[in-house]
Amino acid sequence: MSDTQVKKQESLEAYLTERRGQRRLLMPYVTAGVCPDWLELVDAVIDAGADAIEIGIPFSDPAIDGTTIQEATVVALEAGMTPARCLTELSQRQFGVPLIAMTHYNLVYRYGHERFADDLVAAGGWGTILPDLPMEHGADWTAIAAERGIENVLLAAPVTSDARLQRVADESGGFVYVVSTMGTTGARAGVDDAATVLATRVKSMTNKPAVVGFGISNGETAVTAAKAADGVIIASALMRRILEGQSVEEAASLVAEVRAALDEAYPAG
Amino acid sequence: MTDTSPAPVASPEHMGEPDELGFFGEFGGRYVGEPLIGACEEVEAAFVDAWGDPAFRDEFIHVLNTYGGRPSPTTECGNLSEQLGLRLLLKREDLNHTGSHKINNVIGQALLAKRMGKTRLIAETGAGQHGVATATAAALLGMSCTVYMGEVDMARQELNVFRMRLLGTEVVPAMSGSRTLKDAVNEAMRAWVSEVGDTHYCLGSVMGPHPYPWMVRTFHEIIGTEARQQVMDLTGGLPDVAVACVGGGSNAAGLFAGFADDPGVRLVGAEPAGGAAAGRGVPAIVHGMKSYFMQDEVGQILEAESISAGLDYPGLGPEHSHLAKTKRAEYFPVTDAEVLDAFQLLSRSEGIIPALESAHAIAWVTKAKDELKGQTVLVNMSGRGDKDVQQVQEILGEQA
Repeated sequence: MSDTQVKKQESLEAYLTERRGQRRLLMPYVTAGVCPDWLELVDAVIDAGADAIEIGIPFSDPAIDGTTIQEATVVALEAGMTPARCLTELSQRQFGVPLIAMTHYNLVYRYGHERFADDLVAAGGWGTILPDLPMEHGADWTAIAAERGIENVLLAAPVTSDARLQRVADESGGFVYVVSTMGTTGARAGVDDAATVLATRVKSMTNKPAVVGFGISNGETAVTAAKAADGVIIASALMRRILEGQSVEEAASLVAEVRAALDEAYPAG
Repeated sequence: MTDTSPAPVASPEHMGEPDELGFFGEFGGRYVGEPLIGACEEVEAAFVDAWGDPAFRDEFIHVLNTYGGRPSPTTECGNLSEQLGLRLLLKREDLNHTGSHKINNVIGQALLAKRMGKTRLIAETGAGQHGVATATAAALLGMSCTVYMGEVDMARQELNVFRMRLLGTEVVPAMSGSRTLKDAVNEAMRAWVSEVGDTHYCLGSVMGPHPYPWMVRTFHEIIGTEARQQVMDLTGGLPDVAVACVGGGSNAAGLFAGFADDPGVRLVGAEPAGGAAAGRGVPAIVHGMKSYFMQDEVGQILEAESISAGLDYPGLGPEHSHLAKTKRAEYFPVTDAEVLDAFQLLSRSEGIIPALESAHAIAWVTKAKDELKGQTVLVNMSGRGDKDVQQVQEILGEQA
């Protein structure tokens, strides 16, 4: 864990914008409850060079997720993980980087918008990623979250039209989540050129950071994905290591490897 | 009634078009990830365009009549009427090609997919009826087809798995979660995300993201349209009650659409007691829609339990949630035991072996016979029971 807690005096967007001037952003994803020592995994991943962490809150019907995150979800649910428990456990620690909650919208809806936003702030959350809440239906949550300083991140997909992409770029909070391929979440051998094309499109429309997710498995794919973007998200490949029984340290070494590869390829940010 | 294209029965007050975001009242919407927004918009635009084109509607009706076996008759059940003390009529969707109402929707969607230039259909299935129907439409129209089916359901409905394969369709087991219908939906939605370019997702019920609940209901409205005229012809008036089983709710939506704006017609949905979303549910956002679902206190979706794989779904379509909330339709649970009794009762009394799904509607009528005394009761016989006889034989054993 980092020595100093980030004081949330600025927005997620301002924080990430400042950081990207120094290096490519690296945002690992951890499913809450994927292992008994998942909070140690969060710490280890931060120490390995994360700029922010996505905390996945497991949902019973993860239709947007690929095989690995589904498996992590089953493990976490069987271990008794719930939204309230996740936020409570996070609130009892201090982390050196912003946390962003990623889940299916039903869990936020059932928790209650106000209460979820309050508890997320207490947990060290700066933002949310709710992939099944498109902007047409997200006004209520986005407004209530914004009152508490929580930014709601929107996703951009390769098939998103220019007109819609401009709206996503304008309305997304924190950063724009660039979906690198048309598949579900999951590590792949290579990252689509689509990631570069889409990141370029997004960056022509907004100054908000553009961060590529889906399909990043190692340093090489991260460097490729980050070519036109401000950073990358690494999720399934990290969860795969935990599901295969690796220790927190072994799993976190993947993040260190990606950090090193990004810093070597893009020394000036 | 005519044997060509019956005029659609508009029910704009209770079952009209959803709003522009796809809501029926507070239910519905399009809660999908960004990669699927464009695909849903494409389906919506194509459907609106096609449904407004008389040539498309003519082709739809022509295929249903000359290939699907429409119009299906309405049968007066003299023996059972006498036993129950009411006038029982069955809308015979069980006589359609592939054995259920499902053919209406798949012919509509397959013709639409063709019109959109798609070459491949994917579908989810519970009991296998929608899967078989989709496989059939794909074979008819020369499209390739993949059906996702829960591993548990594949074991329960082996014959339907074989039927689909015989029709040239690939059947992929859904291995996650409860390995039943809701997991098959998850798998199909995942596959659609990856293959959206050449693939149409032929969703099997009045559920999922806009425009599916509206589009699927529209393709099934022919059930209610025909039934309304047939009941008038047989009885000289409208029925007192229209009853259908409800899982996702497609056959019920098709039947209800014919009577929703007839205030004297009571609309009743029979839900499995182990999957009573309208009765026990609270609103949830899952599978692309906001609707009633069985869920735990934090919002995790529960697994439904029913003797009938086709109703083994913990939610129901958003328009049904709206009809339940506005009290235009009523939804009642029936137990597996009551369903088994109804299955045998209809077989012995009328020589009609119902699908276990459809037996739910009969089960409600037998339960409610005292309050229905002397009334004309129209039941949608949504499917035939051939696929279920082996399962029922195993359950009943020597009793039968």
